[in-house]
Amino acid sequence: MPTIQITGGRIIDPSQDIDQIGDVWISGGRIVPSDGGHDHADVVVDARGKIVCPGLIDVHVHLREPGQEEDETIATGAAAALAGGVTSVACMPNTLPPIDTQAAAEFVVLQGRRAKQANVFPVGCVSKGRKGEELAGLGQLVAGGAVAFTDDGAPVSNAGLMRRALEYSKMFDLVIMQHCQVMELTVGGVMNEGFESMRLGLGGMPAAAEDIMVARDIRLAEITGGRLHIQHISTARAVELVREGKRRGIRVTAEACPHHFTLTDEKLRSFDSNFKMNPPLRTADDVAAVIEGLKDGTIEILCTDHAPHAREKKMRELDQAPFGIVGLETLLPMTVTYLIEPGHLTWSEAIRKLTINAANLINLKNKGSLRPGADADVTVIDPSTTWTIQANQFRSKSWNTPYDGWEVRGRAHTVIVHGEVRHTLGGIVQESAASA
Amino acid sequence: MLGLEDLSREEILAVLDTAESFAEVSRRDRKKVPALLGRIVFNLFFENSTRTRTSFSLAAKRLSADVQDFSASVSSISKGETFIDTAKNIEAMGCDVMVVRHPTPGAPHLLSQHVSSSIINAGDGAHEHPTQGLLDLMTIRQAKGKIEGLTVALLGDISHSRVARSNIWGLLKLGAKVILCGPPTLVPRSMERLGCEVAYRLEDVLPRCDVINVLRIQFERQQGGLFPSVGEYSQFYMMTQDRVRLAKPDLLILAPGPINRGVELTPEVADGKHSAILDQVTNGLAVRMAVLYLLSGKMDARPAGE
Ligand SMILES: [Zn+2]
Repeated sequence: MPTIQITGGRIIDPSQDIDQIGDVWISGGRIVPSDGGHDHADVVVDARGKIVCPGLIDVHVHLREPGQEEDETIATGAAAALAGGVTSVACMPNTLPPIDTQAAAEFVVLQGRRAKQANVFPVGCVSKGRKGEELAGLGQLVAGGAVAFTDDGAPVSNAGLMRRALEYSKMFDLVIMQHCQVMELTVGGVMNEGFESMRLGLGGMPAAAEDIMVARDIRLAEITGGRLHIQHISTARAVELVREGKRRGIRVTAEACPHHFTLTDEKLRSFDSNFKMNPPLRTADDVAAVIEGLKDGTIEILCTDHAPHAREKKMRELDQAPFGIVGLETLLPMTVTYLIEPGHLTWSEAIRKLTINAANLINLKNKGSLRPGADADVTVIDPSTTWTIQANQFRSKSWNTPYDGWEVRGRAHTVIVHGEVRHTLGGIVQESAASA
Repeated sequence: MLGLEDLSREEILAVLDTAESFAEVSRRDRKKVPALLGRIVFNLFFENSTRTRTSFSLAAKRLSADVQDFSASVSSISKGETFIDTAKNIEAMGCDVMVVRHPTPGAPHLLSQHVSSSIINAGDGAHEHPTQGLLDLMTIRQAKGKIEGLTVALLGDISHSRVARSNIWGLLKLGAKVILCGPPTLVPRSMERLGCEVAYRLEDVLPRCDVINVLRIQFERQQGGLFPSVGEYSQFYMMTQDRVRLAKPDLLILAPGPINRGVELTPEVADGKHSAILDQVTNGLAVRMAVLYLLSGKMDARPAGE
C-alpha cells in the first residue's frame, strides 16, 4: 500500500472539530499523524484550494443485486459512489431475494470486496422475506456483516413487530431504520396529496401517512429504549415530531435526501417519472421544514436513497413507472449548491452529516474521521468548480435523475479508499519523484 | 391539444367558433368536406370508450381523413411492448394525428415528447378530457348565448373526473362562476384554490345555478369506500324533478354520459325540457371536427414532399 501525502488542503474533520489548512498522511491503509516523521510519499495529492475531509458515507442506497442487475450491480453502484465522493455505502435489503439471512449478507460483503470500489455494508431485513410478519434472524445477519436493519421500500407496518424489532436489536446496539408510511393512507398514490395532485388528477400520498408512522415509532422507541432511525424524512410535521422526540431524550435519528430539500411536488406538472419518488416530493413548506431540521440538528444525516431503475422502466406511464431516483453522483453538488452556498449549513456542519454522524449511525468505529489510526478513506472536494450534471455520464447503470442538465457547484476531485486512490478527475495525483 | 389548462381564452373561443361552422356542415345533405383529405388519424384507445371513439372517427371521416382504430386489448401492449413503442410503430405507418385515450394522467403529454404526430388528448385518467370540456362550453353558449357571468355547478365525483377538470379550466377562463358539489370524499377542499366554490349540500347550490353538469358516478369508486352506497349517494345528490324545482326556471342540465338513470338523474330529468344531453352529443362531433381541422394547419407546415 502506498504512502500518500495530501498536501495544502483545507482539512475539515468534524469528528475532531478540525477546520484548518494542512497535510494528511496515509500509510498502510490508515491515517497516520501528519507530524509522524514521514519524509517521502509514493503519491502526492495536491489539494491546494480544495477541501480534504473523511470519505463520505451514504447510509441509504439501493444496489439491486441480487435480482435486478439490469438496474444496478454492487460493482456499478459502488463505482457511482466513488464518482460522487462517497467511500462507504449501506445498501438496503430489498433485493430479490431480500437480504434476510447470514448468507445473503455475506454475499453482499463479498461482492463489495470483489468490486473494490467504495466500501459496501449490508443492511439486513427486519422481517423474514420483508413480509412484515416475523422477525428475521437479526443476530445471524449481524454475523454476516449487517450494520443495521430495515424493511425499506416498505414500512414495518405491524406495530407489534416494530416493537419487538426495537427491543431485540438492543442486544447488538444496532439501529432499526424505518421507511415511515401508513400504507392504508397511500393506496393508489403516485405523488404528494394536495393541490398539485388534485390539479393533475394523480393519486395522492398524504403527508399524514408519514407523520403518523413517525409518531407511532418514536413512541415505540420510547417504551423499548431501542434505536430508531427515520429514513428519508420529507414532511414538516415529521421533522417536528423528531425534534420533540429528541428533546424528550428518545433515541431517534433522521436522515434527509437532496430531492426533499431541493424539489417540490409542482415538478410533477411535467408528468416526468424522474420526479416520482417515495416519499414523494412535498410542498414548499415541507422543503423549508426539512432545511430547518438540517440547520438545527434535528436531521443529523444526509444521504441519497439512491434508487436506480433501468430506462425502459422509467419510460412507462407515470403510474406504472417505479418510484425512485439515482443520487450517489449528485449528493455532493446538491449539498454544496443548495445547503452550503445559500448559508443554511457551514461546510463543517454539512460534512458532519455526511461523515461522522453517518458512521456513528451504523456503528462504523474506524470511519468518518481523519484521526490517526482511522481507515484511510478520504474525499478531496473541489468546492468552487461549476459543472453541468449529465445523466449519460453517470457511472451508475441507471440514469433516472431529476437533475439532468442542472448547473451545480462542488465536485469530488480525488477519492481514496482503504489507502488507495480509487477515483480522481485527473491532474493532481503524481507519483513522487522522491519515491525511494 | 393536451388540455384546456394549456389553452388561452382566445384559443378556446376560436375552437368554439370553428365548431359552430362545422355544426352547419352536419346539417347539410352531404356531410363531408375535404379538409383532411389524405391524412391518417389513429385512435389509440388504451381504455374503452365507444362513444368518444365513435365521435372522433365520425368527425375525422367528415373531414375526409382515413381513420384507423387501435385498441389496447388486442394489441402488443398486453405482450409487454411499451406504450411509447406502440405509438412509435403507429407513427412509422404514416400517422398524422393520434387521438389518445389512456387511464394514466399525463400519458398523452409523455407521448408528445416521443412522437411528432399531432396528439389530441381524448381523456387521460382523472386529469383532462379537453374535447368534452369544449363541447360542454359549446352547449352552454348555444343555450344561454354566453358563458361569462353564468353560475355553473359540477355535481358528483369531481376528484376523479377528467371532465370536471377540463370544465373547470374552460369555464373559469371564459368568466363563469364554478361551484363544485358532492360529498367531501369526492370534492376535496383544495379545489377552492383553483378559484371554485366547494359545497356539499345540493339544495343550497341549486337556487343559484344557471347550469348544472351532472357527472357520472364510477361504481368502482364505491368499493374504495368513498361513499357508503349508491343508494345513499342518490338520496343526497340525484337530480330529481323536486330538486329541479328548486332551481331557476331556465336551468340547463348537462351530463357527459354514459348516464346512470336512477343514480345521477331520474329518467324524467334526463329526458326533460331542461336536459341538453343529446345536444352535447351533436356538439361533440362539431367540436372534434374543429379540433382536427385546426390541428391540420400545423400538419400543413410540414416540409414538402412528405
Ligand atoms: Zn424508502
